[in-house]
Amino acid sequence: MKLPRVRFSGRRLLALVVKEFWQIVRDPSTFLIAFVLPMILLFLFGFAISLDSYGTRVGLVVQDSSAPAMRLAQAYQHSPYFEVTTSRSVEPLRKGMIDGDLRGIIVIPADFGDGVARMQPPPIQIITDGSQPNTAQFVAAHAEGVRSQWATIENAERGVSISAPVDVSARFWFNPELNSRYFLVPGSIANVMTMIGTLLTAMVVAREWERGTMEAMMATPISMGEFIASKLLPYFVLAQFSMTMCALASVFVFGVPFRGSVLTLFAISTAFLMPALGLGLFISAATKNQFVASQLALITAFLPTIMLSGFVFEIQSMPVPIQLLTHVVPARYLIPALETVFLAGDQWGLILPNIGMMLLFGAIFFFLAFRFTKRSLD
Amino acid sequence: MAGPVAPDSVASAVGITKAFGPGLPALDSVGITIRPGKVTGLVGPDGAGKTTLIRILAGLMSADAGTVTILGGAPSERLDDIGYMPQRFGLYEDLTVRENLTLYAQLRGLPGEEHEAVFGRLYQFTDLGRFQDRLSGKLSGGMKQKLGLACALVRTPRVLLLDEPGVGVDPISRRELWAMVGELTEQGIGVLWSTAYLDEAELCDDVYLLSEGKQVFTGPPADLTRRVDGRVIRVTGFADRRRMALTEALDRSDVIDGTIQGRAVRLLIGPGVPIPDAEALGMGSDTLIEPAHPRFEDGFIERLGGGPKGTSALATSYREIPPNDEPAIEAQGLTKHFGDFVAAGDIRFTVPRGEIFGLLGPNGAGKSTTFKMLCGLLTPSEGTGSVAGHDLRHAAASARASLGYMAQKFSLYGDLSVAQNLDFFAGAYNLPRARARQAIERMVEIFDLGDRLSVNAGTLPLGFKQRLALACAVMHEPPVLFLDEPTSGVDPVMRREFWMHINGLVQKGVTVLVTTHFMDEAEYCDRVTLIYRAEQIATGTPDALKAQAGALGQIEDPTMEDAFIALIEEQDRRHTQGEAA
Repeated sequence: MKLPRVRFSGRRLLALVVKEFWQIVRDPSTFLIAFVLPMILLFLFGFAISLDSYGTRVGLVVQDSSAPAMRLAQAYQHSPYFEVTTSRSVEPLRKGMIDGDLRGIIVIPADFGDGVARMQPPPIQIITDGSQPNTAQFVAAHAEGVRSQWATIENAERGVSISAPVDVSARFWFNPELNSRYFLVPGSIANVMTMIGTLLTAMVVAREWERGTMEAMMATPISMGEFIASKLLPYFVLAQFSMTMCALASVFVFGVPFRGSVLTLFAISTAFLMPALGLGLFISAATKNQFVASQLALITAFLPTIMLSGFVFEIQSMPVPIQLLTHVVPARYLIPALETVFLAGDQWGLILPNIGMMLLFGAIFFFLAFRFTKRSLD
Repeated sequence: MAGPVAPDSVASAVGITKAFGPGLPALDSVGITIRPGKVTGLVGPDGAGKTTLIRILAGLMSADAGTVTILGGAPSERLDDIGYMPQRFGLYEDLTVRENLTLYAQLRGLPGEEHEAVFGRLYQFTDLGRFQDRLSGKLSGGMKQKLGLACALVRTPRVLLLDEPGVGVDPISRRELWAMVGELTEQGIGVLWSTAYLDEAELCDDVYLLSEGKQVFTGPPADLTRRVDGRVIRVTGFADRRRMALTEALDRSDVIDGTIQGRAVRLLIGPGVPIPDAEALGMGSDTLIEPAHPRFEDGFIERLGGGPKGTSALATSYREIPPNDEPAIEAQGLTKHFGDFVAAGDIRFTVPRGEIFGLLGPNGAGKSTTFKMLCGLLTPSEGTGSVAGHDLRHAAASARASLGYMAQKFSLYGDLSVAQNLDFFAGAYNLPRARARQAIERMVEIFDLGDRLSVNAGTLPLGFKQRLALACAVMHEPPVLFLDEPTSGVDPVMRREFWMHINGLVQKGVTVLVTTHFMDEAEYCDRVTLIYRAEQIATGTPDALKAQAGALGQIEDPTMEDAFIALIEEQDRRHTQGEAA
């Protein structure tokens, strides 16, 4: 049997969009997902989850009493990252490590002062608790950071620059304090847009199938193009609205710098909404069931956005196969673009490739969505 | 692809075949013609293929074989002329009555300046004008039905396809709906009305009767009933023995079908045999036999080869429930509030051992709430009740253990096989292993489930689902059975078989509580109570209610449905008077 060919009608589209609008306004669950959940997420990431830890308890073993060793010990004692217990030997601190009171031990060796005098400072020893890998890495990195900062000052005071220790001078541009909130808050925008673009869209289309309204729609002369557009437009606007709310909260509540332009931000979010909405439509066309649709949206969109986009876990430190997998996660291109527009500014060289990739995925998902949406109950 | 156009038709289909996966096709070479200005009935039990055929006519599905012609074209080319109301009405629950109408008017391209006039006419037609700003999700079932119809009528169609408009609607709304359809046919619209209720078939001009995807009868309904003319009798005069009388009558070879109608028994006699007299039926001298008006259902039963015989193997093997002075089921002022809303108010009744008691009422009247309180699934806000001597408030668990529960829908696990369902329910009722095995074997034998033990319950034909559901509910031989709309939508032969078992069980002393809005089921009850707007408005034997309604509405020989309508209208009248005073 021939499927109907109907001309696209703006009036019918408008009628459908108005209907969608009232449904969004009157359905408490839509309101919850679109407005309340993003705010909860944002505040969760902004306040509760922080990847920085201040005042980590560590042991400091100073086996040398030379002036440079004392100055280095002092540098550790003053560091905001550490709360230091000092000792002359490792032995008394061992128990603290075993009990978990101490997260690491930093040892300044006995020949430290001599070595510095000979311009060949010996390495300091950093013992960390490998059973807590994240904390261990943090302790090691910051212990090294404090040492290299000390070394820079030490050399400057002596007017020596040539003999600077080999591994120094890490300067963190754009986020000099390495404040993780600066990453998390823009990153949560990715979550919010995934939730509205994919989860909500997938569910509202599946709902039409479940409640039998799809059947009644198909008996009217609407075209599937009109139907799809009537789902895209409202949720596109809704997602942009929530994104704007999150961006405003990021800047004015959490004090995240915004160095790019508003237009660039919208260009990025628009590009990301293409794959997000396309995936949502594809899921609902393929499943027609709200429960399955929401599970699929969680697994294919929401979880990858959190775990594989570089938002929480750094992509460079993932195993290579997983790194390769991240390339098919659209949010992977959103996160760096957002970080750039917030923390660095309109660096088009960095932003444009990401936008391009997002649009490419958008095109793929839309193609699939149109392939699978049939104007038939078969 | 336009097929041959039958003269004087707005829609026709020829040789439609449609299969979903392997197995029997949903439709097997079915044809239909819808004439303008006539109501065409598409009649058959659930699963007969009615919805599939309507969807194919509406252009929502393609057929594997056959042609569909709507006004000389394919359905997809005639969308503007087709009005279609799906089973679930297709309403947006978050939109108001007016917004739903506006949406459908715009989608169907009704010019904006005509909206007011058309809506005004539809409000008047459906009597929904007062509710135009109410969300459609907050409408009663009957009002949703009317709004669904109004949405299908925004652009006056020439073909109106209605998929089971009578389901889940109380008799009053159903009667109003028929009146509305009558008006539409006067305008020359061709209406297709699909239904599982055989009494609705009698109201149609042409009937297409489907059974398991096959067309079993085509023509005016009178053609089918004429075949059983003079062979239907009504037997009265044995008051309390009517169930036994039915069992005995059905076991005779000259009786091919029989049902209980209040105090009377209605029998269909086989072709070519004389009508038996009271003596032949083995009944007393006070027995009166009179001819009865044949119904469409009688014709259908005859077409299907007659109903089941009278003796229930289930009842024969069931334990005798010992007599007891206490009532088997008792409700004493059961009341349930949800916030300000009273879902059931002061419900009182007692059911002695070995009786069938019916809770009747429109959807949302409070039947299910009462039912759930008695099952111990809802805690009553006020009042108390007991089941088999167990007080609901203090011993809800033991009350539940002494009842069997069966709902025609939802009570089985569709993803478990027949054997697994039986095992599960045996376990749920805590039958010891040896007894469970025995009980399962007995059920498999009685209900003929042997060939289907490994089939998933969800894929069983409806009749077998029903058998399995009953088997699961009675495996532990409970003294009390709760039945929730047990046979709506089932074909009449299966329904007879079900009630044959229930009748047999009742003779063994089992007490049955049944909720229904299906009048046929009400006729099997010893007594019924009519619940309306959370109140009990009438209680008594079906005959007493019919007599009461007959007096109220001056109706001669009222049916149960007439009684239902008359009593509810009377209640509404009193309600309005009460408000006015």
